[in-house]
Amino acid sequence: MSEGFEPKIVAFACNWCAYSAADLAGVSRFQYPPNMRIIRVMCSGRVNPNFILKAFESGADGVLVAG
Amino acid sequence: MEKCIACGACSEKCPQKVSNEYDAGLNKRKSIYVKYAQAVPLKYSIDSDTCIFFKKGKCKACEKLCPAGAVNFEDKARELTVNVGAVIIAPGCEVFDPVTYDVYGYGKSPNIVTSLEFERILAATGPFGGHLVRPSDHKEPQKVAWIQCVGSRDIHAGSQPYCSGVCCTYAIKEAIIAKEHQKGGLDTAIFYIDLRTYGKDFERYYNRAVDSKVRFVKSKIAGIVTDPTTQNQVIHYIDEAGRRVEETFDMVVLSVGFKVSQEAVSLAERLGVDLDQYSLAKTSDFQSVKTSRPGIFVCGSFQAPKDIPHSVIEASATAAEVESVLAQSRGSLVKTKEVPVEKDVRGEDPRIGVFVCCCGTNIAGFLDVPLVVEYAQTLPGVVFADKNLFSCSQDTQEKMTDIIREKGLNRVVVAACTPRTHEPLFQETVLNANINKYLFEMANIRNQCSWVHSNDKDAATQKAKDLVRMAVSRVSLLEPLYDPEISMNHAAMIIGGGLSGITAAINLAEQGFHAYLIEKADVLGGNALKIHKSWQGEDVQQRLAEMIGIAGSHKNISVLTSTELKKVDGFVGNFKSTVETNGAEQVIEHGVAIIATGALESKPDQYLYGTEPNVLTGLEMDSRFNDKGFSAKGIKSAVFIQCVGSRIKERPYCSKVCCTQSVRNALKLKELNPDMDVFIVYRDMRTYGLREALYREARAKGVIFIRYDFEKDLVVDKDNGNIRVSFTNYALQRRMEIKPDLLLLATGIIPIRENPMASLFKVQVNDDGFFVEAHAKLRPVEFATEGILVAGLAHCPKPIDESIEQAKAAASKASALLSKEKITVEGVVSRVDEAYCVGCGRCEEACPFNAISLETRENGEKISHVREALCKGCGSCAAVCPTGAASVFHFDDREVLCMVKTAFE
Repeated sequence: MSEGFEPKIVAFACNWCAYSAADLAGVSRFQYPPNMRIIRVMCSGRVNPNFILKAFESGADGVLVAG
Repeated sequence: MEKCIACGACSEKCPQKVSNEYDAGLNKRKSIYVKYAQAVPLKYSIDSDTCIFFKKGKCKACEKLCPAGAVNFEDKARELTVNVGAVIIAPGCEVFDPVTYDVYGYGKSPNIVTSLEFERILAATGPFGGHLVRPSDHKEPQKVAWIQCVGSRDIHAGSQPYCSGVCCTYAIKEAIIAKEHQKGGLDTAIFYIDLRTYGKDFERYYNRAVDSKVRFVKSKIAGIVTDPTTQNQVIHYIDEAGRRVEETFDMVVLSVGFKVSQEAVSLAERLGVDLDQYSLAKTSDFQSVKTSRPGIFVCGSFQAPKDIPHSVIEASATAAEVESVLAQSRGSLVKTKEVPVEKDVRGEDPRIGVFVCCCGTNIAGFLDVPLVVEYAQTLPGVVFADKNLFSCSQDTQEKMTDIIREKGLNRVVVAACTPRTHEPLFQETVLNANINKYLFEMANIRNQCSWVHSNDKDAATQKAKDLVRMAVSRVSLLEPLYDPEISMNHAAMIIGGGLSGITAAINLAEQGFHAYLIEKADVLGGNALKIHKSWQGEDVQQRLAEMIGIAGSHKNISVLTSTELKKVDGFVGNFKSTVETNGAEQVIEHGVAIIATGALESKPDQYLYGTEPNVLTGLEMDSRFNDKGFSAKGIKSAVFIQCVGSRIKERPYCSKVCCTQSVRNALKLKELNPDMDVFIVYRDMRTYGLREALYREARAKGVIFIRYDFEKDLVVDKDNGNIRVSFTNYALQRRMEIKPDLLLLATGIIPIRENPMASLFKVQVNDDGFFVEAHAKLRPVEFATEGILVAGLAHCPKPIDESIEQAKAAASKASALLSKEKITVEGVVSRVDEAYCVGCGRCEEACPFNAISLETRENGEKISHVREALCKGCGSCAAVCPTGAASVFHFDDREVLCMVKTAFE
């Protein structure tokens, strides 16, 4: 892995908790690396294992399911 | 206030720093501020007491910097006149100021804090970012002590004689959380008088604290002395055996109790509401939310000290009272909204419009908005893209509507803040341009982009482009949805004709709804038929008879005694339930159901109960008092044993009512025969809240309280024909023997085993056998399944006043549904493609809301079926479906995976 490696991360975030938490991180101006793309779902229970595999297939280096 | 976009520029530049009251003064805030990060509405305001402009006439830095022109120094407080039919007062309480007593050393060291200050220290948004440190040196403490009953259960001037009811449990919570924060084995000790974890599941929490080595020290505090060099605290106390002990701690937390605020008192005075001896609003047990003035209701800690779930229940109870008072005028001020006609865009190629918001400088200041707009124009299906200064302002909304019409757009993306707050607003904008509101998507380029990557403009711009691309790919696949409407039957079925069931039925009947009151026994009344007095001394039999009379004669109530519920079909708004009365079945249609099936008094198989006529349970004693012929003559001594069958391994919960009942009955025995020796043998006296007054009165009148050692045997046997009670005195660690004429067992409350309601309504019971509410704090009378409510002892042990309150709360929640002609459900619900469904039932198991279940077709095939009324669109069914038959509208596999695929290009 080269030193300049920037991982691509797909996050599935529950609308009611993790997605709101990500919003609150913004309100609080917490700074974090821009490597993550958040996809809103109505519940982390919606996340089919297939979604995670598809994310890796599409080039993600990491997948976060938060809820 | 409408103009403020909560960007925070004003606060950042405000030169005036003042003490932050939200963080209990442990850090600073600015003069222009929001109270806390999650404040609703999220709007900044100026504290004119400290603002430099208001003090010295110049500054106005915030006005100059505000990008939205929202700062208005001319704003004045205005007096408004509002015509209302009822008033609810909920002014809350303050906490005791421990400076009043120098015993606690508060103010002498920064390491002596109140429990509220400690809450802020533990909070992630608090002054130390959730890192547990001592305020004096910001070092992690190794030993923390909690002192209970600071300003409560104390008759000295300035303190309150009542128990504040919440501090035992919150101190345990703080100790457990502190231990979790401090991974290196923090030593925590709670110095207490009686441990009062009487709420639902609170005893389990106490047991958990004991298991995680929180120390509990029964003691009396003599003083706290600060070591000036180390800023450690030496606690001087007297232990239960009367020995003087000293122990040093790094930090001390004072568990401060409730105190009525002066503002609340003056509000009550202005409204002409009577106060009690504690300056709390005066109420009765049977009408605990009604003040002395008709039409004015009270809830929360101004009624009596209480915790969150009880406050929430009480708030709903006041709503029920108001709904009944104002039943005549329900709906009279409602205005009907005109809904624009939607254009059918199905089959059209996507014509997508992208609006990129600058949010003043909140987005445009940290990423390149014109570049994002330019990029959006290149995306497939996009026919229009532009930027807005403030997308949410009224004029921009109108402009957007015009553009959608003009350009013939059929799908819209707004790249701005968060859909959590702004999706409904933009959906309305889209709808105003005759486009279905589900053909809309937001890209969150503020909260989740510009604000969190404010030091890296290139990366933030790139991420914003990606987010817009993801949103465009999704919006082009979205389908129009229509919010389903479900009809509503306006009757309620209440199962259980005890005090809770009767209360709910009467309230709903007064509101104008029909109530079917189902009771298994041949008479109404339940457990209350045996109770002598409520805790404040109200005559239960008299009040109960009045209520049964009202229920029996009200035109809106059908009382069905000797009746059992056999079968429940349907869902919210459309229940069809089969009941059986003396062998005859009938089907009742109703819109909601309230489960008020109660609980039982436990009958022990120990302590000579059932073999000795003079060994009685609490309710049996009450029944004797109800019997006019009862005489205490010849009873020279009586012993009450507390926690018989409660707070034990098999039943690790507190039955809540028994301490108060025993104290009340002890007082009654003393009243009947003042020479009688009356003993209460207990573990912790849990006369919580205002009930503390009874405990004090009982001691003053000579009732003798002895704490027994629960770990050692408590034996009841016969000695020469006398009942003999022997146990170990906790303080003396010596065996004691009493030979009473009358032995009373406080046997506690047990749930109905295998309550058929659980399977009929598919609702859960907890490990103890009581029903599980949707949320322990915030939804204490609802189930996760809509249209089914719970009240009274079926939920958990509680006294009469709290059962009545919960029944009213359930009635209020019921009427919120019953008052509607139809209920509209969000379009984001599950669907099942029957061609693919194999009837495996995994979706049914996965659904938390009972919204999907298998149905057997005429040909014997099993097919999954969605009840849209109950579905919350979580998609758990879709995630477990092995064939792809179950999916969710608006979040089907394609609509989610397109974003996955386009996330990084």
